[in-house]
Amino acid sequence: MPARSDTTLNRRALLTGTASGAALLPLAAVAQNEPPRPPPPDPRQKANVALDINGQHYALALDARTTLLDTLRLHVGLTGSKKGCDHGQCGACTVLIDGKTALSCLTLAVMVRGPVTTIEGLAKPDGTLHPMQQAFIDQDAFQCGYCTPGQILSAVACVQSGHAASPDSIREFMSGNLCRCAAYPHIVAAIEQAEPAMGA
Amino acid sequence: MYPFVYRRADAVPDAIRAAAGGNLPPTSAPAQFIAGGTQLLDLMKLGSWTPQTLVDINGLAPSLSAIEAGPKGLRLGALVRMSQLETHPTVIRDYPVIAQTMALAASQQLRNMATLAGNILQRTRCQYFREADWPACNKRAPGSGCAAIEGLNRKHAVLGVNDNCIASYPGDFAQALVALGAEIDTAGEAGARTIPFEQLHTGPEDPARETVLLPGELITAIRVPAGPWTRRSTYLKVRDRQSYAFGLATAAVALDLRDGVVQEARIGLGGVAYKPWRAHAAEAALRGKKLDESTAADAARAAFAGAKTHGENAFKVELGQRTLVRALLQAGRMEV
Repeated sequence: MPARSDTTLNRRALLTGTASGAALLPLAAVAQNEPPRPPPPDPRQKANVALDINGQHYALALDARTTLLDTLRLHVGLTGSKKGCDHGQCGACTVLIDGKTALSCLTLAVMVRGPVTTIEGLAKPDGTLHPMQQAFIDQDAFQCGYCTPGQILSAVACVQSGHAASPDSIREFMSGNLCRCAAYPHIVAAIEQAEPAMGA
Repeated sequence: MYPFVYRRADAVPDAIRAAAGGNLPPTSAPAQFIAGGTQLLDLMKLGSWTPQTLVDINGLAPSLSAIEAGPKGLRLGALVRMSQLETHPTVIRDYPVIAQTMALAASQQLRNMATLAGNILQRTRCQYFREADWPACNKRAPGSGCAAIEGLNRKHAVLGVNDNCIASYPGDFAQALVALGAEIDTAGEAGARTIPFEQLHTGPEDPARETVLLPGELITAIRVPAGPWTRRSTYLKVRDRQSYAFGLATAAVALDLRDGVVQEARIGLGGVAYKPWRAHAAEAALRGKKLDESTAADAARAAFAGAKTHGENAFKVELGQRTLVRALLQAGRMEV
């Protein structure tokens, strides 16, 4: 546990540094062309955030800028959802909101109104894996595993929304989840395996 | 990310009041509406868009989320999500070009999140615009110049550009809307108004402006008129990979054919133009002609007659023409 907590702190510090560094540039770039802007709102004024995550209710007070992804990972302790690009391009942060896939990195926590399902919410309380999780293991549908939580949530939605009828349909539905290890053929196989099991 | 004040609006007048103010270009307004957030938050993280207030309009969903199809056409609520329109049976049957622009756009996650109105207002993918550390971008920092003209510009526009800006408009839906003569309904401080879709986006004379919308003016609906051409319609999107990529050259085509002769043609071109681009000259070239490879090629040449290239994007003239020819012939072969 101590090692894990150190990692979290380091990563948080790194992110904070990146954000403040990036914020300086546009101000300099636009200053000559726009009227001076009023001082920014004080980010210490917290926004009330109410979330339903995997059937559990959370009431949090957060900086309004906090994404759902950072909320899950840093404030709720659910680190299964992964931060890849943080710009909605890779799909590693995919969660289900109202049963539909969404990018938690491009969602402000304060805006979320529907129930959220993360990778931690798929297995049964007794530890029995969801058929899609089992299928990813059976089909060897990952190597490094970093994209896997997002892949599995997209895969669950793929079956539930009726898009698992053919490999082409699966590939199209899943195209927003990148896999740097290129496990794509195995991911398609896993979805084909889980589809009948999920329907049953 | 620059700090902002977050507000929720649960009725249209609240939203307008919260975001209204001034006569700035709409993208420079201090308050911005947020619904899907897929573009706004991306650009805010990059530091290239720094609104002071975000007005969350998802609470307006009950009144702005309907898809209505009638004899006069479609009325699409501003907060309809892209994935809802993509799967709507009447839209797929009667306006296939619209359903296809949805299905071929972005990723499933983004389509679940993004709204129709937000999609229309999509901003360019030009890297010099998106990433605030590039010094020259007239769209992001007016007067600073255009780094793309002599820079990386393979994906940039060849139609409707000038020396201020050669960014291409990235969207797909807008090409169907401009082709079909859509209109948008807005609500604002000065009341409601209707804007022909073709007049919504502004040109590169003032790259920072982008649209004729006023700060606090909210798109409430998109209306697409019915016509004898909407069923014979298709969207062809040519891109670097088969899914989840922006179009290099795209064509939205709708045809009214009788005995193989073009009564009316509607054409929108994407990936190649500064803004949603209706190819009037190509439409005129086809009217009254029998549709075949030769007349389609004539139309395509007319569409790109005014093209201006900048090195890496020179290939887009021929690619754009071939894309349009293929789309026209595909639409011609449709059984309707």
